[in-house]
Amino acid sequence: MLIWQILIDGFAVSALYALGATGFTLIFGVSGVLNLSHGALMVAAVVAAWVAGGEWGVSSHLGAIFGVLVGFVMSLLTYFAVVRPLQQSSKIREEEKEIFILTATLLWGIMISELIAYLYTNNAKTVLPIVEGVVMLAGVRTPANEVFTSVICWLVIGLLWLLVNRTRAGKAVLAASMNPRGVTLLGVELSWIYVGVWAVYGMLVGIAGVLLGMFLGVSSYSVGPLTASAFSIVVLGGLGSVSGSLIAAYVVGYLETMTAYLVSPAYRTIPALLLLVIVMYVRPRGLLGRR
Amino acid sequence: MKLSDVRCAGAPILTAALVAGAAVLAAMIGSAAQAQTKEPIRIGVISEAQAVAGSSIPLGAQIAADEINASGGVDGRKVEIISYDDHSSSAEAVRAFQRAVNEDHVHAVIASYVSEVVLALEPWAGRLKTVMVTPGAASDVITQNIAKDYEHNKYTFDGYLTSTSIAQLVCDAAKDLLVDDLKMRTAVIMSEDAAWTTPLDARYETCLPEAGLKVLDHIRFSPDTTDFTPIFNKIESVKPDVIITGISHVGTQPTVQWKSQQVPIPMLGVSSQASNSTFWKDTNGATEGVLYNAVSGPDVAVTPKTLSFVAEFQKRFGNLPSYCGYTAYDVVYYLIDAIRRAGSTDGDRLVDALEKTDWVGTIGRVQFMGKDTPNPHSLKVGKGTIAGLMLQWQNGKQVNLWPREVANGKLRFPPFIKVGSAD
Repeated sequence: MLIWQILIDGFAVSALYALGATGFTLIFGVSGVLNLSHGALMVAAVVAAWVAGGEWGVSSHLGAIFGVLVGFVMSLLTYFAVVRPLQQSSKIREEEKEIFILTATLLWGIMISELIAYLYTNNAKTVLPIVEGVVMLAGVRTPANEVFTSVICWLVIGLLWLLVNRTRAGKAVLAASMNPRGVTLLGVELSWIYVGVWAVYGMLVGIAGVLLGMFLGVSSYSVGPLTASAFSIVVLGGLGSVSGSLIAAYVVGYLETMTAYLVSPAYRTIPALLLLVIVMYVRPRGLLGRR
Repeated sequence: MKLSDVRCAGAPILTAALVAGAAVLAAMIGSAAQAQTKEPIRIGVISEAQAVAGSSIPLGAQIAADEINASGGVDGRKVEIISYDDHSSSAEAVRAFQRAVNEDHVHAVIASYVSEVVLALEPWAGRLKTVMVTPGAASDVITQNIAKDYEHNKYTFDGYLTSTSIAQLVCDAAKDLLVDDLKMRTAVIMSEDAAWTTPLDARYETCLPEAGLKVLDHIRFSPDTTDFTPIFNKIESVKPDVIITGISHVGTQPTVQWKSQQVPIPMLGVSSQASNSTFWKDTNGATEGVLYNAVSGPDVAVTPKTLSFVAEFQKRFGNLPSYCGYTAYDVVYYLIDAIRRAGSTDGDRLVDALEKTDWVGTIGRVQFMGKDTPNPHSLKVGKGTIAGLMLQWQNGKQVNLWPREVANGKLRFPPFIKVGSAD
């Protein structure tokens, strides 16, 4: 009974972590940007869906779509207003750009979270679930929405895999992550690849955010922890490696769930963080990292 | 007539006008200086503007100040509220407190609903000899510190209930509503790990068995917990009749997941955010059936002052006050009452006067415990002073169920709750 609870609960949480981290690692893999406003974009999507449902009274489906849309728009805004001007600036030295972008996205995230807190207070918001009720899985009463969350997460990850590995545009993205100069020589406009990747990232962030809002709920306080958890999953899995992130998401998700059930919910995050420290010592490039 | 003549002709008039204007101005400055000799009574309010609970504090205080000023102030002195945002950070609150006292020369401070913040401010109230009243922090340690070192800590007053007395009120309500009416026998305590819950849980452990509820398990979780599934599953496995809560900073998650997971056990206890009128919307209605302790409720006439305050708050700010909105409103009134009685804003004389407070506010009759008690400067609790309430969210409304004299509804649970399933 307990084992089934851990398996089912851990699977849903891990799927959510996986989806959140996939976008984060994709952006890093392709454009070398560590987007520290990741958590803020997710929270923006959740709050948008919450506002649509709570304030405007639209249905849970429309609210969720609006949330995803806001995640998408915010992602492109982040790219065009924050990341791209720094990437193209001639005033910043090439080797310093990475740290500039890191700082800029961090500040951008703080601005978004403060704005959300100012407009909608820092109370936690939850998005109206699309599927209500509970189902029995192996004797465990599971919220139907938890099953829905897992299914959507894996569906989206599957679609992303198809997009990257089976389409021409996806292959260009993959190539750009391996050798940006080579791609340019082949006549592919690199900046369009970047825009495309940020657009895909926006969809992922929006979907992950809205699902998180339905499953667990977030507040403007969650911005930091959300970025941190995506960051640690991605570092654990190996920066830039999508499959590494997926494995790491499940390692972290199950480790947390097992701790919560078997030790105490109060220590939930500690073993995963310890594992991260150990991996840093033993294998600094992460589980499947390339660099 | 040439243009230059006009100018010349106009010159004396202009001079006269200037002289007259200067005279008027001088007179105005004079009267302003006179008004300034009637220095306003300044009250600093330190709280978090972005938190629903915190944001009600300056608003409630402002309503009280405006009412006092409209009826002539204190012997012609106006009451002025100066607000500071501390983002619920102890460091920022201490800076705000120093600035309030040293630069803005406030006469008293109303500060925060977070026990950790108030504990950080307590020594500063002593060092700067400035009265500080918290409208919402509950940890017993705040007032225990006064008992330990009265001379230094006497400037602090707790304008809200201590955790221990809150726990006792919860037990009293649980006995009437659950043990006597529904024949419940067992409970699990579920509370967040924070300064205010340590004394709360300690009292729960003793008063629940006294009320007739055997404590089967006691779960403390980190306030930043997001996934409550394991916690609820663990609770369900020991099959209690009721979950007794101690939650405040953790937010909406436990309530939302209790509903989405359809945990068949009712929740009763302290759920600070449930006292906010926005909680229904924040949880998308998941709070239906949640029972929570409070000292006031939107439609509960605790005293003749309660409903008119709520109406004024709603008229001015468009929403209902959180629990510390009520207390902040009361604090301004009894601070001013104490200043009147002391005939001074001097810190020490204000402490003496506040200790003799006997003020009927929005939450009941306010009197402080004496300095020879274990919790000096905490509110007296019980019938005749502050009785406390037990409210339940029903259909988007906060309905009071206990004490029965001021009840305006009947206990009702959502369909997934199975009362008495453990028998």
